[in-house]
Amino acid sequence: MKPILQAEDLTFVYSIGTPFEHKALDGVSFSINPGEFVGIIGHTGSGKSTLMQQLNGLLKPTSGRVLLDGQDIWSDKKFTREARFRVGLVFQYPEYQLFEETVYKDIAFGPTNMGLSREEIDRRVREAAGFVGLTEQQLEVSPFDLSGGQKRRVAIAGVIAMEPEVLILDEPTAGLDPIGRAEILGNIQAYRQAKNAAILMVSHSMEDVARLTDRLLVMNGSKLVMDAPPSQVFEHVRELLDMGLSIPQVTQVFLRLRELGADVKNVYTIEQAVFELLRLKEGKGHA
Amino acid sequence: MEDIISVEHLAYVYPDLDGQKGTQVFENLNLTIESGSFVAILGTNGCGKSTLAKHFNSILLPSGGKVYVDGIDTSDLNRVMAVRRCVGMVFQNPDNQIVANVVEEDVAFGPENIGVAAPEIRRRVDKALKQVGMYEYREHAPHLLSGGQKQRVAIAGVIALEPKCIVLDEPTAMLDPRGRRDVMETVEKLNREKGITVVLITHHMDEAAQARRVIVLDKGKVAADGTPKQVFSQVEMLHKLGLAAPDSVELCWALRQKGFDLPLDALTPEECAQALYDWLKT
Repeated sequence: MKPILQAEDLTFVYSIGTPFEHKALDGVSFSINPGEFVGIIGHTGSGKSTLMQQLNGLLKPTSGRVLLDGQDIWSDKKFTREARFRVGLVFQYPEYQLFEETVYKDIAFGPTNMGLSREEIDRRVREAAGFVGLTEQQLEVSPFDLSGGQKRRVAIAGVIAMEPEVLILDEPTAGLDPIGRAEILGNIQAYRQAKNAAILMVSHSMEDVARLTDRLLVMNGSKLVMDAPPSQVFEHVRELLDMGLSIPQVTQVFLRLRELGADVKNVYTIEQAVFELLRLKEGKGHA
Repeated sequence: MEDIISVEHLAYVYPDLDGQKGTQVFENLNLTIESGSFVAILGTNGCGKSTLAKHFNSILLPSGGKVYVDGIDTSDLNRVMAVRRCVGMVFQNPDNQIVANVVEEDVAFGPENIGVAAPEIRRRVDKALKQVGMYEYREHAPHLLSGGQKQRVAIAGVIALEPKCIVLDEPTAMLDPRGRRDVMETVEKLNREKGITVVLITHHMDEAAQARRVIVLDKGKVAADGTPKQVFSQVEMLHKLGLAAPDSVELCWALRQKGFDLPLDALTPEECAQALYDWLKT
């Protein structure tokens, strides 16, 4: 498969030539295929946010390239602008960026900027609202009358309405209750499946990334230090803890089980844990 | 043990705004928090957790009923400062709570405001920073710290006022795993070693499991109240309210759904592993 987005030896230095000079990204390379769900984990200050902003041309790399569908996003001005629509960015706490009088107008802001026809904008607004579970009536209310979780879904719909081929989200579930978290993650999955879009999600929840992603990028000290499926990443318990990260709680349970002497495989989600335990229990029953 | 906070028949309605009718959050809420306890408050977004917390130091005043803090009526406007010295608040976003350009000046801001003498401020600032493990950063610029470090500076700013109780409203929501661990350890230590009452509002079930008492709020009412083991073993109730139990309990619950007899009070990975090990052996 041809990758949709590639980072080639990306390096970014803030405040070059001043006493505050700081290398926020150091030689980062990876690629993402259409439809892939990729998680990014890393401690505060590891370079995750800087990386996100490079990927849709908000920050220009100091060196290295970002390729969208094989083309350098900085190769010409028109393409840089195009990249900002094709790679959608949802910031942390995006609900603070809502500003329009109605939910409809807020979601329509992006597609309107793209210069689409009124019919196409209308279609996209309604479809995006559908992905995040907003009703027809809610489109006409002020976004400021909605609950926190609903506001966040409006903000995400505003980016989805641009129909990005790559959707990048910075901690989309921070501050939400378990149901709110499950809803937003379900919305993201629905969009991915409907459009075969690639998803890149920054998260501090090891449980969420273990359950949802195909692959994890681990950032540490401005470098990409791991690029592998969750099952392989969470094998590196010691390294992850040293980097200020953690492992899912069920993984901790299973590590302890092994210390106790049980012959269990590593698991990363509750479903896997149940499966593995039943296998052991039944295996024993037959013995 | 005496109560540090006592909520009696609390009613609260957010005032009407722009012709929009205000929302009634509480009708008749009753609860007390014991001095020196460590209480977690859980509930879905919009259940009234933060509204309740804001009643604990007179940011909001009851529409009906009373809230007493250390015996003081929080709606007695002559005693607001006394209430706020007793109960300190820490919020979700550390960036909104830091006011100075140097860590130790930020921590000194509170004591300065209440007119503490300079040598005493020095003593309190040093002590507070040591208690949260940020003393070596006292001359750093707050904006260059990590989220967890900033949040610990915010906690130091609150404990420099020497409150009897601190209320933390989702203090770890924006933090990475290490930041969460450090903040939770700090809070737990303040409670254990200094006897400061801690009220922790959180969406992280594993954090709530570290408290000694868990209160679940639902639509402005107390839906459950007990030790973490008592509350989290009611898995169906939690699911019905849109909440969850810690993953170790969820795992045992999933196995119970398959017909196996596992306990629902294994809150830590160690307890859960032991329960699973014993079950596998039988």
